[in-house]
Amino acid sequence: MIIGLDVGGTHTDAVLLSKQGLERQIKVPTDTSNLFETVLTGFNHLLEDIPIGKIKRVVISTTLTTNAIVQKELNTVGTIVSSGPGIDPEWYRTDENYHAVEGSIDHRGREREPLNHKQILAIAKSMKEKDITTLGVIGKFSVRNPAHELEIRDLLKDQFDTIFLGHHVSGNLNFPRRIATVHLNAAVYEMHRDFFHAVKNSLEQKGLQIPIQILKADGGTMNLESSMSFPGQTILSGPAASVMGSIAYAPGDMDAMVLDIGGTTTDIAILVDKVPLLEPLGIRRGKYKSLIRSLKTHSRGIGGDSHVRVDGNTLKIGPERLGPAMAFGGPAPTPTDALVFLKKMNSGDQQLAQKGMENIAQALGNTPEAAARAIFKQTCTMILDQARDLVHRINSKPVYTVHEFLAGYAIEPQKILLLGGPASYFAQEIETLSGISTEVVPASAVANAIGAALARTTCEITLLADTEQKKAMAPEEDFTAPISHKFTEEDAVETTHELLLKKALKSGADTEDMAVEIIEYQQFNIVRNFSPRGKIFKVKMQVKPGLIKAYEAVCHHCTINPDIEKGI
Amino acid sequence: MLKAAHKTGLVFFPAFDWAIDPTHPEREERLLYTQDQVTEEGIFDIEGILELKPDLINNQDIQRVHFCLPDEESITTESHLISAGGAVAIAQAVMEKRVKRGFALVRPPGHHAMRISHGGRGFCHINMEAIMVEYIRRHYDVKRVAIIDTDCHHGDGTNDIYWHDPDTLFISIHQDGRTLYPGSGFTGELGGPNALGSNLNIPLPPGTATQGYLYVLENTILPAIEAFKPDIIVNSAGQDNHYTDPLTNMKFCAQGYADLTRLLKPDIAVLEGGYAIEGALPYVNLGIIMALAGLDYSRVVEPNYNPEKLQQAPHVTEKIEKTVEIINAHWNNRHHLRESAGSPGDIQERHREIYYDTDNILERQQEKIRICRECGGTFQIESTAMPGSRVLAVHIPQYACHSCREKGYEMYDAAPKKKYDKVILQDKPQDRYVIKS
Repeated sequence: MIIGLDVGGTHTDAVLLSKQGLERQIKVPTDTSNLFETVLTGFNHLLEDIPIGKIKRVVISTTLTTNAIVQKELNTVGTIVSSGPGIDPEWYRTDENYHAVEGSIDHRGREREPLNHKQILAIAKSMKEKDITTLGVIGKFSVRNPAHELEIRDLLKDQFDTIFLGHHVSGNLNFPRRIATVHLNAAVYEMHRDFFHAVKNSLEQKGLQIPIQILKADGGTMNLESSMSFPGQTILSGPAASVMGSIAYAPGDMDAMVLDIGGTTTDIAILVDKVPLLEPLGIRRGKYKSLIRSLKTHSRGIGGDSHVRVDGNTLKIGPERLGPAMAFGGPAPTPTDALVFLKKMNSGDQQLAQKGMENIAQALGNTPEAAARAIFKQTCTMILDQARDLVHRINSKPVYTVHEFLAGYAIEPQKILLLGGPASYFAQEIETLSGISTEVVPASAVANAIGAALARTTCEITLLADTEQKKAMAPEEDFTAPISHKFTEEDAVETTHELLLKKALKSGADTEDMAVEIIEYQQFNIVRNFSPRGKIFKVKMQVKPGLIKAYEAVCHHCTINPDIEKGI
Repeated sequence: MLKAAHKTGLVFFPAFDWAIDPTHPEREERLLYTQDQVTEEGIFDIEGILELKPDLINNQDIQRVHFCLPDEESITTESHLISAGGAVAIAQAVMEKRVKRGFALVRPPGHHAMRISHGGRGFCHINMEAIMVEYIRRHYDVKRVAIIDTDCHHGDGTNDIYWHDPDTLFISIHQDGRTLYPGSGFTGELGGPNALGSNLNIPLPPGTATQGYLYVLENTILPAIEAFKPDIIVNSAGQDNHYTDPLTNMKFCAQGYADLTRLLKPDIAVLEGGYAIEGALPYVNLGIIMALAGLDYSRVVEPNYNPEKLQQAPHVTEKIEKTVEIINAHWNNRHHLRESAGSPGDIQERHREIYYDTDNILERQQEKIRICRECGGTFQIESTAMPGSRVLAVHIPQYACHSCREKGYEMYDAAPKKKYDKVILQDKPQDRYVIKS
């Protein structure tokens, strides 16, 4: 049996799955001031009377990191960056313990300016005086040559408890994002470590000896050991959990949209042949941009509890949420009130909902019934517009080769999967408006926990081989190897594949769940003065997000439990 | 938080799978290191910088500019259509005010492609800037355009296309034609009889450094633009004036390019040549992008930059100052030059030979233009290419007067079909391109 537990902002969902299906599902309120207690309560309910030895897998998704950012409870850490020519690194200052130092590596990984040890030691000394124990070190182009980052680490390793290096977080180029990502990893590290050690210890006390998996923003998992190097990857794993929970119901060989309709927001994701689309570089939320691998999810301020009002003669819905629906004691009308008033939804106070609709009807100059219908239709239209907007944006992403341009795969969803509390009430209207076959994901209230439970371990690797410089490297894994001028495309792909499998196993993957694909391949002749000097190969490969084989069929035995639905 | 002062659009189309041939300088790798630098700097994450997707242009877009022979398909590849489409995508964004300025980092380049194109010249087959300019003239309310070509090679293709157009100010600064391909672009090349002075060709001596470029900019180019009052300014942004470029002999640098861009304030920049792909392009392109966006570019400096070595010799400075004097005299005299170029209604003839180095073609042209004070003047070109076709091409300009429109049809109708492989009419006012059958 396996366990999936998703700590959300307001609720924590947990499921126990066997190969027969959903054995147990629970929903408890999240205590944001004590997430450890919340997680423990979840496990206690779930494991009651269950022979502990039968549990083979545990996956946890938490908002720990997200909360820490929102509540500004990040640890004070030191940051050392070396940039060389380009944009002034001062723009990327994280806090007062951020220092730009001498030293420069160029786009092909050649040293252009050496480090200045005296300068670095002086900075370290100033940090020590502030009792800083965790350090982030980031160099521009360190993914082309990590020598400077390694040199700084070796210089300072005795002075700091933990040092995070830029070239480990991703093979992608983007210096500002590398800085932000390393800083996040460093700043949440202690909290992440303490939390999961506590969880691990209490599970061990219950007799649970299996390794814990942690859900990442890309919809894949990593084991506890790997998470200690990249704790930032747990950020926004919640939306990823829901998307993973819908995958089993997505059609193969087709594009699908996943709409997770919540109270405040609707999260939108795209599946292509049952595989969720990823952000090209990493998570971005508003001004925050990182290299953290993530599913492409758009969160938009439209949901069951969105604030409904009339502005002039126009009906406005969202993006704010003022509180629950009036039918559930809230202050202002919401789409949920429209559902209650129209008797599409059987819970809630009918009279309070009516009061809300009357308010709107008065302002619009029509009947409460007409107002409710207008709100209902407009909510569905807005959700669909946002979904179409995401598809449009993905389709207008630039490409860099003639082949890609002409091949130009365009996303064309032929299926809509709905999740979240109000999903079932909207399904029919969304299908009518969009003309796309629409289905509510079974057990949609705990689909997030099911998604976490079934998510396979994912990872990515980037290989760069340069036959002129006679070396191949995969910075994320600190891999470098000499190569000859005869190095070929097959060699490049094979080397990357080997490194990827090794990394996946190290992160806790099961050998039967290695769904590997090449996500980027480029090859260039190096030409100088009309003669070829060598070749550059760039290969990026991933274990793609998906469900573990052994349990994938389980989803089709997961039906809606009416008792659970009521709680939403 | 880093934020662009001017909202700037970028089209990046490095055509990573296209080259003229495997060891040609115009190769797949050319923009690789630029892309690496721009990506590593996180340029596309900066607020106010937008990456736009190029569109594919079609034959009609090409036919507004060129007479392609034997036809459009034979001398272009998809890469050309996307490259020109990249310039058009930027222009659309600028015209529709989605961005204030834009830069199309595209390849292949186009500024050596002339109005009649039998094939490749100087790595160019069709002219990206001209296709873009004629596209916006057709679709938006734009008449007067200034095109400033800062590639180190004379922009002879654009020079040819706008030779007779008084509504386009074309200025090319380039290394002296006696020392570099294509061997043209001297101070006396001022445009056709109806447009004298609207083409300014400014040859610079080998060894011109940043101070020389900025001197020409401030003392000739900017005053001419100010007097011309263009609706938009286009920069053919070649990057081969760089001190490390393998094909040229200049001393320009990334800081200089950024300064030039900041002062020129182009609405649209289109990448042209530049073959120091590792040592120059990453820094020059970064500098241009940041200058367009109004960001501080003071730290964009080549790793091996040494200002001592990039001093401009006194004889070079002297030569540049003299050239500027000559150009300014021509510019100030432009109205008089046109008045004395001939009587309205007369036909003037010009004969020339054009060599296509990339495709090894020799073309002979005989051109006849109607002298006109009202518009650019209708003209016909009889062109024979070896190897290639023999054609008669008639061009009625965009803002043609009544007489020139009639003259165009007269020329077209009078051309004996038997004598040529093709007789073609480019009727710009009606946006028509007709081949006699």
